[in-house]
Amino acid sequence: MMHNYEPPIFELSAPGKFGANLPQLDVPASALPDHLLRGDDLASLPELTEPEVVRHYTRISQRNFSIDTVFFPLGSCTMKANARLHEEAARLAGFAAAHPLQGDELSQGALQLMYELQEYLGEISGFDAVSLQPAAGAQGELTGILVFRAYHLDRGDHERTEVLVPDSAHGTNPATAAMAGYKVVEVKSDARGNVDLADLQRKLTPRTAAFMLTNPNTLGLFEEHVVEVARLVHEAGGLVYGDGANFNALLGIARPGELGFDFMHYNLHKTFTTPHGGGGPGSGAVGCTATLAPYLPGPRVRRMEGAGGFEFFTPEKSIGRMKTFHGNFGMLVRAWTYIRSIGAAGLRKVSETAVLNANYIQARLKHVYPVAVDRTCMHETVLQGKLAAAPEVRTLDIAKRLIDYGFHPPTVYFPLIVPEALMIEPTETESKRTLDAFCDALLAIAEEAARDIETLHQAPTTTPVRRLDEVRAARQPILKYDAEVFAKLRAEGVQG
Amino acid sequence: MAFNTPVELQYSKSHEWIRIEGDEGTVGITDYAQDALGDVVYVDLPQVGARFDAEAVFGVVESVKAASDLYLPVAGEILAVNEALANNPELINNDPYGAGWLVKIKVAPGIGALMSADAYAAYVETLKH
Repeated sequence: MMHNYEPPIFELSAPGKFGANLPQLDVPASALPDHLLRGDDLASLPELTEPEVVRHYTRISQRNFSIDTVFFPLGSCTMKANARLHEEAARLAGFAAAHPLQGDELSQGALQLMYELQEYLGEISGFDAVSLQPAAGAQGELTGILVFRAYHLDRGDHERTEVLVPDSAHGTNPATAAMAGYKVVEVKSDARGNVDLADLQRKLTPRTAAFMLTNPNTLGLFEEHVVEVARLVHEAGGLVYGDGANFNALLGIARPGELGFDFMHYNLHKTFTTPHGGGGPGSGAVGCTATLAPYLPGPRVRRMEGAGGFEFFTPEKSIGRMKTFHGNFGMLVRAWTYIRSIGAAGLRKVSETAVLNANYIQARLKHVYPVAVDRTCMHETVLQGKLAAAPEVRTLDIAKRLIDYGFHPPTVYFPLIVPEALMIEPTETESKRTLDAFCDALLAIAEEAARDIETLHQAPTTTPVRRLDEVRAARQPILKYDAEVFAKLRAEGVQG
Repeated sequence: MAFNTPVELQYSKSHEWIRIEGDEGTVGITDYAQDALGDVVYVDLPQVGARFDAEAVFGVVESVKAASDLYLPVAGEILAVNEALANNPELINNDPYGAGWLVKIKVAPGIGALMSADAYAAYVETLKH
């Protein structure tokens, strides 16, 4: 049975109901000209009273499985709790009501915040220059690869047509390289989860434009040969791109600029609070070496000579804009507030606690759920949904059952090199009590699987709709409401 | 579980099979590959007439779990693609060596090293643990 199922708003409609009372007509009625009238029935707009509409949307909003209601250990997403202080700052009228065309003179507070954030991010990561333009991580990646391309071409080097990407990479890495027009070459991982140095050396050639590396990588492991990897890539004339998605493990501990990375994006909307933009936009600010700084997208912010104050400027060989106006400015305010409110020591504590929490989960679960590579992990651990006592169980069943226990499932089936992967990232904002409750749930699920696998196959049982048919949804997506199509599907027993 | 590996086919390490008849070859993915991918929901195939080197990426197969590149076991030119897969990608799961074929190619001379059915079955064994 379905708990609290909420039908689409179209199905709550009845002819003649309306939400607002308009005043009596005090002029003669006049019809619209025929050529302005639509022949259809106004796209079947639903007719409801105002309280019905309010209740419908309020009920839907209460179904949201979010960081504000449940533990959300989505691997590689850093779903940390978002301090309300950051929201307060972002809503200050001087920031929230600023107009992007009001000019530098009237935007000095906003410019100062952007300048200081550029400086802080550079300091935290060991880079010489920062641009706050990109809208989110994937756009930061594209920025980096376009900057690399501009740099190589500017040197008169037209032969570099390949970008190397590890087999454990986020899917955005090869997608970025392909979008920038490069051929993607995959590099294997070794048994300890590091980049396979021999395979890397085989694939580095005069055609290599760049190597894209995530550190810690998507197995949640620190890349043990990172300095050597960077040296090899540089010797081959290539550049090293840092995917900053997992930067939450390194704050105040290691600086990517000093490890040999030439360029990196920061997911301000993960590492620096407001996970996944709090449902809103992200920010994929980027940092790089002095050599690459002239190619960064503008506008950036600098101090004005002499009188003081701040101004926008565009670097001399800039690849151009990546985003209208000044990036997703509200996210910059939140990140600035985060950095200033916890300070340098607080940032280091963030990473230490994030790593400790992930290792605590790994230690509590690995005797039941095999760990992909048995090493001390960083900010996340990759386990496998392979249970010795219940060989037929799949990771998908475990993930669905976790919902019944009141937890958002971790990332599943990623990284692709780990069969039945369960990728768990607890972040630093969770208490031991929450971590224990989550581990207890996963251990209880393993026992259920051994006792009666059907309990897992039936999950989730506490949600408004039960296990959805993901295959059919992918093969035959229905992207808009159609009463006849819905009625037919209902008759077939399709839920949703 | 034992996977089907027909003896008349040749196999690649990236889990494609090829049936060579004269200078023409038919290519698909193996039973092991379709099982590992899970339910296939989308297939991206090349244009007829496109030419590829051996082991070059010629398409993409997408399941609910993952998107994977397709590698051509031998160099060749695309003669035909399986149009039926556009609306019925599940053919790859249901009949990987038959109705689920991907492309037909004109095989370039000088075929590289491919595995026999026995060698491939032994290779798949090493991947299971």
